[in-house]
Amino acid sequence: MALRPSTKLIELLAIRLSPQAGKSLVIRTGLLHIMVGLLLLAQASVAGAVLSIEIIGAGEHQIPVAIVPFGGDDKLSQAVNAVVVSDLQRSGLFRLVDPTGKSPHESAEVKYPDWQLRGADALAIGTVTVVPNGRIEAHFHLLDVVKQAELVGQSVSAKEDQVRAVGHRIADLIYEKLTGDKGVFGTRIAYVNRQGQKFSLVVADSDGYNEQIVLAQNEPIMSPAWSPDGSHLVYVSFETGHAVVYVQSLFTNQRLVLADFSGSNSAPAWSPDGKHMAIVLTRDGSSQIYLIRPDGSGIRRITFSGAIDTEPSFSPDGQTLLFTSDRGGSAQIYSMAVEGGAEQRITFGDGDSYSPRFSPDGKGFVYTHFSNGKFQIAAQDFQSGQVEFLTTGGWEKKPSFAPNGKLILFASEARGRGILATVSSDGRVQQHMFTQSGDAREPVWGPHL
Amino acid sequence: MKKLIISIVLLNLLAACASEKPKEVEAPAPTPAPVVAAPEAAPAPAAVVEVDPLNDQSNILAKRSFYYPFDVSAVQDTDKPAVAAHAKYLSEHADRKVRLEGNADERGSNEYNLALGQRRADGVKKMLVLGGAKASQIETASYGEEKPKASGHDETSWSQNRRTDIKY
Repeated sequence: MALRPSTKLIELLAIRLSPQAGKSLVIRTGLLHIMVGLLLLAQASVAGAVLSIEIIGAGEHQIPVAIVPFGGDDKLSQAVNAVVVSDLQRSGLFRLVDPTGKSPHESAEVKYPDWQLRGADALAIGTVTVVPNGRIEAHFHLLDVVKQAELVGQSVSAKEDQVRAVGHRIADLIYEKLTGDKGVFGTRIAYVNRQGQKFSLVVADSDGYNEQIVLAQNEPIMSPAWSPDGSHLVYVSFETGHAVVYVQSLFTNQRLVLADFSGSNSAPAWSPDGKHMAIVLTRDGSSQIYLIRPDGSGIRRITFSGAIDTEPSFSPDGQTLLFTSDRGGSAQIYSMAVEGGAEQRITFGDGDSYSPRFSPDGKGFVYTHFSNGKFQIAAQDFQSGQVEFLTTGGWEKKPSFAPNGKLILFASEARGRGILATVSSDGRVQQHMFTQSGDAREPVWGPHL
Repeated sequence: MKKLIISIVLLNLLAACASEKPKEVEAPAPTPAPVVAAPEAAPAPAAVVEVDPLNDQSNILAKRSFYYPFDVSAVQDTDKPAVAAHAKYLSEHADRKVRLEGNADERGSNEYNLALGQRRADGVKKMLVLGGAKASQIETASYGEEKPKASGHDETSWSQNRRTDIKY
């Protein structure tokens, strides 16, 4: 359970984001056609948002890769390149080899010995152009420098204001080919921004850019959670004077009241098959866990402790729930079968434990650990029971896994503000994302689209 | 001082009234709103003014917030007399309704703190009902750590944020 060796600051980026109105987007990559209707959000994007990202630490085995500045339209290719480079750097898994002085844009122009000399294992080249219908088109190749062979050759196209999406897609392709894991740069996150008495529910790219406001009001918003297909958010809002659970479509912005019983309605979690949600109600006494259908019907109580039972999290197979309970005298993590059965305590030792989330492979979970006045992100493996602290401790809460299980998003604090942060699942690389203003709270990573 | 005497007299009167009636009977008298006669160019003579004890800053009912240690939701001994007084007042004013708002400090998870705030409010509700108030007079809600009264990140602020407010 030793803490990670001291991490050092290796990179600091500050990038200015121009406000972009969200519109529909089609990304075309080979045979893959993805409609990303998420961007149909009716509300305007956050105007003039400025974000800065700090990366701390580095992965153990970094893959040396050279990203050659893309050819074609100067401005566009620079923008796409910046996103690709930033995504790969952020992951901590790559060492970027300096491409200065060489600028091949086609496979035929590549002289492999140049890149072997510079120590690159892989090389990304390409061009970005505006095609006659106004769309952006990127042609890109990933080459294996050692084997002198092409690993990927693809075209990615998108509407002109979706430069970042093109960059994320290319970064995902590089990441997937070189690490064997699915990339998550193109996924989205949701969080709550608090600024004084103003609260907004925000959806953004995984790097915090391209923020879209889903709901803005003067009453608190809590606990956003994604539907498994990424089309809806379920969350808690206090707009009627108490905690009520709402489900909202990210395509149409239409929403329905999922649960509005007396007392508090909260802690929604969507089952992996999308057919149920677990929520917490106080209508029958203390905070207890219930199952409910996404249309608000079929409500059924599943815990009967009389203590606080909250923060349910479904296992990837939908059979098991982890949750927080204080039935033993302090807040700890428990496990139970969704269909009922013995409930088992699974966190022990000093302090309190909150906010469990299953890992996507179901083999472990992350949670918030509190002791000696400090909150930190911890991970536990089911089989060995071993606990690993992924962060060194401060005010780090509410972890959630990226869909590939390699990164964990959490709420942190720096310079007196609530910020978004990620840590790699081995604890080696951390990233801090500073939004323009206010406190970022309650982040949650969305699914692959 | 005069206010205090008046309110004591009034309390006694109310108490007397209450004890004469069987509890189940729905209060028939819509308690003639004990409104303070507005002193429209009030003449000097010391008129006897009826004061709703709720509006009397020196009455125990003026205590509208109850505080807790960390992760505790039981009403503390120091607050019990005030909660009991509110229970009595509600039992004697069937037309009055209250809202109990539970709060927590920022330590813990947001959801756990929401549950804790709710348990604090529900704990006060239980005492009010035991003291004679009707459950239908009482609504409870929790804001958890979402609406801190004090914004600091230390015990001074936290102690103010671990709180149930009773709102008439």
